[in-house]
Amino acid sequence: MSPTQWDFPVELCCRPMAFVTLTGLDVVYNAVHRAVWDAFCANRRADRVPISFKVLPGDHEYPKCRPKRTSYEWYIPKGILKTGWMNKHLNLVPALVVVFYELDWDEPQWKEKQSECATRVEIVRQSLQGRNTKVAVVLIQKKTPLPPGEDVIASERAAALCNACELSGKSLFVLPHTDHLVGYIIRLENAFYEHAQTYYYTEIRRVKSHKEFLNKTTHQLLFVRHQFKIAFFSELKQDTQNALKNYRTAYNLVHELRAHETNILEIKTMAGFINYKICRLCFQHNTPLDAIAQFRKHIDLCKKKIGSAELSFEHDAWMSKQFQAFGDLFDEAIKLGLTAIQTQNPGFYYQQAAYYAQERKQLAKTLCNHEASVMYPNPDPLETQTGVLDFYGQRSWRQGILSFDLSDPEKEKVGILAIQLKERNVVHSEIIITLLSNAVAQFKKYKCPRMKSHLMVQMGEEYYYAKDYTKALKLLDYVMCDYRSEGWWTLLTSVLTTALKCSYLMAQLKDYITYSLELLGRASTLKDDQKSRIEKNLINVLMNESPDPEPDCDILAVKTAQKLWADRISLAGSNIFTIGVQDFVPFVQCKAKFHAPSFHVDVPVQFDIYLKADCPHPIRFSKLCVSFNNQEYNQFCVIEEASKANEVLENLTQGKMCLVPGKTRKLLFKFVAKTEDVGKKIEITSVDLALGNETGRCVVLNWQGGGGDAASSQEALQAARSFKRRPKLPDNEVHWDSIIIQASTMIISRVPNISVHLLHEPPALTNEMYCLVVTVQSHEKTQIRDVKLTAGLKPGQDANLTQKTHVTLHGTELCDESYPALLTDIPVGDLHPGEQLEKMLYVRCGTVGSRMFLVYVSYLINTTVEEKEIVCKCHKDETVTIETVFPFDVAVKFVSTKFEHLERVYADIPFLLMTDLLSASPWALTIVSSELQLAPSMTTVDQLESQVDNVILQTGESASECFCLQCPSLGNIEGGVATGHYIISWKRTSAMENIPIITTVITLPHVIVENIPLHVNADLPSFGRVRESLPVKYHLQNKTDLVQDVEISVEPSDAFMFSGLKQIRLRILPGTEQEMLYNFYPLMAGYQQLPSLNINLLRFPNFTNQLLRRFIPTSIFVKPQGRLMDDTSIAAA
Amino acid sequence: MAVCIAVIAKENYPLYIRSTPTENELKFHYMVHTSLDVVDEKISAMGKALVDQRELYLGLLYPTEDYKVYGYVTNSKVKFVMVVDSSNTALRDNEIRSMFRKLHNSYTDVMCNPFYNPGDRIQSSRAFDNMVTSMMIQVC
Repeated sequence: MSPTQWDFPVELCCRPMAFVTLTGLDVVYNAVHRAVWDAFCANRRADRVPISFKVLPGDHEYPKCRPKRTSYEWYIPKGILKTGWMNKHLNLVPALVVVFYELDWDEPQWKEKQSECATRVEIVRQSLQGRNTKVAVVLIQKKTPLPPGEDVIASERAAALCNACELSGKSLFVLPHTDHLVGYIIRLENAFYEHAQTYYYTEIRRVKSHKEFLNKTTHQLLFVRHQFKIAFFSELKQDTQNALKNYRTAYNLVHELRAHETNILEIKTMAGFINYKICRLCFQHNTPLDAIAQFRKHIDLCKKKIGSAELSFEHDAWMSKQFQAFGDLFDEAIKLGLTAIQTQNPGFYYQQAAYYAQERKQLAKTLCNHEASVMYPNPDPLETQTGVLDFYGQRSWRQGILSFDLSDPEKEKVGILAIQLKERNVVHSEIIITLLSNAVAQFKKYKCPRMKSHLMVQMGEEYYYAKDYTKALKLLDYVMCDYRSEGWWTLLTSVLTTALKCSYLMAQLKDYITYSLELLGRASTLKDDQKSRIEKNLINVLMNESPDPEPDCDILAVKTAQKLWADRISLAGSNIFTIGVQDFVPFVQCKAKFHAPSFHVDVPVQFDIYLKADCPHPIRFSKLCVSFNNQEYNQFCVIEEASKANEVLENLTQGKMCLVPGKTRKLLFKFVAKTEDVGKKIEITSVDLALGNETGRCVVLNWQGGGGDAASSQEALQAARSFKRRPKLPDNEVHWDSIIIQASTMIISRVPNISVHLLHEPPALTNEMYCLVVTVQSHEKTQIRDVKLTAGLKPGQDANLTQKTHVTLHGTELCDESYPALLTDIPVGDLHPGEQLEKMLYVRCGTVGSRMFLVYVSYLINTTVEEKEIVCKCHKDETVTIETVFPFDVAVKFVSTKFEHLERVYADIPFLLMTDLLSASPWALTIVSSELQLAPSMTTVDQLESQVDNVILQTGESASECFCLQCPSLGNIEGGVATGHYIISWKRTSAMENIPIITTVITLPHVIVENIPLHVNADLPSFGRVRESLPVKYHLQNKTDLVQDVEISVEPSDAFMFSGLKQIRLRILPGTEQEMLYNFYPLMAGYQQLPSLNINLLRFPNFTNQLLRRFIPTSIFVKPQGRLMDDTSIAAA
Repeated sequence: MAVCIAVIAKENYPLYIRSTPTENELKFHYMVHTSLDVVDEKISAMGKALVDQRELYLGLLYPTEDYKVYGYVTNSKVKFVMVVDSSNTALRDNEIRSMFRKLHNSYTDVMCNPFYNPGDRIQSSRAFDNMVTSMMIQVC
């Protein structure tokens, strides 16, 4: 954009720098001079002093200085600030003129050169007449100078030169043209800078000195002007603190000026300039809050100063510029490191600038709506002689006139007209959009998504006004979903309304339809009359006609649009538009609901499609189709206008294709599921509703899944929370909110109509062939085919169980490891209605514990659904948990021949093995036989015959056997000696004949065998009689290889008298036996203690009487004396 | 007195908006909607603060040329937004605060109504309406 009247002048916006001109440099032809100039210009970074340099010829004419005024008494200023003033001091009037001259100290023609230099200085001075501009001379020398004071000639000649040029010594510099050029230049620069500062200082003093001549009545303008100048010079001097102070004073003075319609623009312009400077300096001083405060004050002061009503758009243009400029300053400060926050960032200023630009546009529209016949005035009142204004902010046709009365009202009128006509040509939208997009960029940065959306809406609307509908739609479309997702329906409706206009004007069919659909929907806050109009248009469009124009559209644009619509009609092409509705809120709502979460395959799958229209008038649809994940069902779920008397419809009343606003329309669909889909999920993938027909235009609304759009999930949530009671509705009508979408269902197999019974006698006994009788009875009406039985261990249990469980159909033989745990698909044949079949299964369980058994019966049956014959596969399963237990417990113990419990047995001495078989089965057991298999080390003392053959044991009963065994000496064996196995053959008493007998092998425990040194056994009768002699013989066997010394003594007993050796000591040779004979004489009847035999082995102290007593009897039963016998016995005694 | 009073749901959709009928309603809707940017930011900033120490009043959300927008958020994240004319300097922070408190009490009463379903737009509460009217600028 070219700079407009409202843009700030460049010289105001730049950073003022001291202006220094360089003369006597030939930068085109002289390489040395070129190098010098480059060193001045190049690399002007922030660390270099702020000077703007310019190369000028020595005889350059500087702006003339006006003669000094001695008195202000008769002087009346014509304006506040001349338009050329700032530029003059930035770029035309230097603070310092430097004269470059090539001269070495040892120049042979010194005199001539010196005078030439003096002439050059003189020429410069001439052209600067009256100005305080400083002059300095720089001698470009080929030789490196000696240190100061050493070169006598140099100092002499320097003094002479200064004298000739009328320079102070401080203004003469030497620039040796050597390697260190840049270093010298920087030193020179700093010296120049000091001179420049002095110059600006004197300028400030000079301006200040005018003050005393001024008076408040006639020189008000001068107060502002001088204050501004002082501030500006301070800035040039880089004294920003004072500059700020002076600008602030100037600002206050501006507002003290008497304001009138004629000069208000000038005052505002100057106030704007000064305010800009103040804010800029505040940001520069890193006091952003001061800048903001100043700006607020500025706006508050100027907001109401509108000025001429006919040109009020100028005020808005000015306001807009103020905000924009401040936004720019703020943004620039942020780029230099300032941090802004969400609520205070440049975006707000750009936004406000855009707001004023919009206001300007509005005002311009009303104020500048001249007839086309109104010609631009000639001569142009806005033309000035110089092409520019003399003073900032004045009217070109009355420059310098300070009177508040209009001397020439006619001229004024023409001037205003000219301005108005010019304003008409301004492209306002472009300005507004630029400002808005600036603001958008800022708000994006400071996390204001909603503000951003709002601004984008404004941009879109502005594009709409600017007739750039494509861009408008793009922006509006982008923000629509934000408002939709947050549920701000008023805002959405407003955006949609604009979008609809855009799409109408471009004749964009699909967009037009989409926006219409949503504007008719429940999210739209439009009034009913508007909705009616849109609906009518929509119907027109569907009938391949042109819609009526949208209200408030530009008449010209409408004409173009109508032509476009007419073209669209004649244009053949795709007239079917598919619109996915899940991202917006259309005026038809849809919900699909299966009647049940699962259907048996032999009943038809039923579901309802509920439709509800929210538009004001009834609307017809032409087609409804439902798509499934299995596409074969799609064909069954279509309703079309053409198809008559479709029996899958429940609503056969006329107008089934017509949606009445607010009423829920229910459409019932039925289809028969395929038998292959048993166990699968049937899902509605989409519902398509066609409006219009294919001959005209057709819109297909496409709902993904079982319906629902952008707003429905929130509505469903609200409805679920609500405990409001819904009013009762007539039958076959439902409340829309109470319908819950159910878009999928399971197909499950037909319910079996057979019974499966299991007959068995639990628990199972380990290893037996456990019989399980399966009874299957058909209750079906027709014959069932292909009945198959799967039975056995239910899969999914412990893996060890699988290995220890075997199933067979043949109970006559024992099954082994090769039999499976589960018998699958045993064909059983067909069953007629009511028929029953039985199947015996035998299970062998190798371990105890509980097992789950499965009996699964499957069959095929023909059946008809909806007059369609299908073959259904049905199945029924039964599971049963069977416990397995040991049939009996076997206890084994070793006892001595005295039936005393033995911890260990003694070599070569007989002992008894006792087995105890305790039945644990709840059912009677038959012990078929038992057998003792002895280990090789054991020998039997008598016959090993089973004593329990064919014994029947009831629960809790036991059968015992006793075997007399002997074990030869084997030496010391760790862990004892193996005894052998005990084998029991048994079966259930109830089991049938052909059931095999089960053999259970029990490993007998090991026994520890010990050697003893001496074995004693006694020969004595089984009983005694009182007063009858009782002979007892003790056998003492030496079991060792040693000669044994034995001490024997017999302790007397009260019950006996005895004869024999009472105490003896004797020797027994290895392997031999000694007999001791005693004659006991019982004195008392009853169970009596025998006189105890004590044996002491001298070599084996461990051999105790305790051990001895295991072998020999300690008591005997004594019978009383018989009467008859008495006398004889006494006689015998 | 306020020129616009709004109640915004936790999910940021409007539950209730009333503005002075003399002015463009849409403008206030946009204003309230954009102010939610600042509310969101303030809520997330104080998210860490202890619940019992939390200040419900959010203060001035942002100033525009002509209006001041104030915010308040309940513990259940329902927001109240009030737009006040910038020229109305009589309204101080304390008054705004007490207006919000009154609004909150009235809103609580609405919530206590067993026939009101939380999350629905507040449409049929006369008491709430009257209370809002009493806080709005009277237009004769």
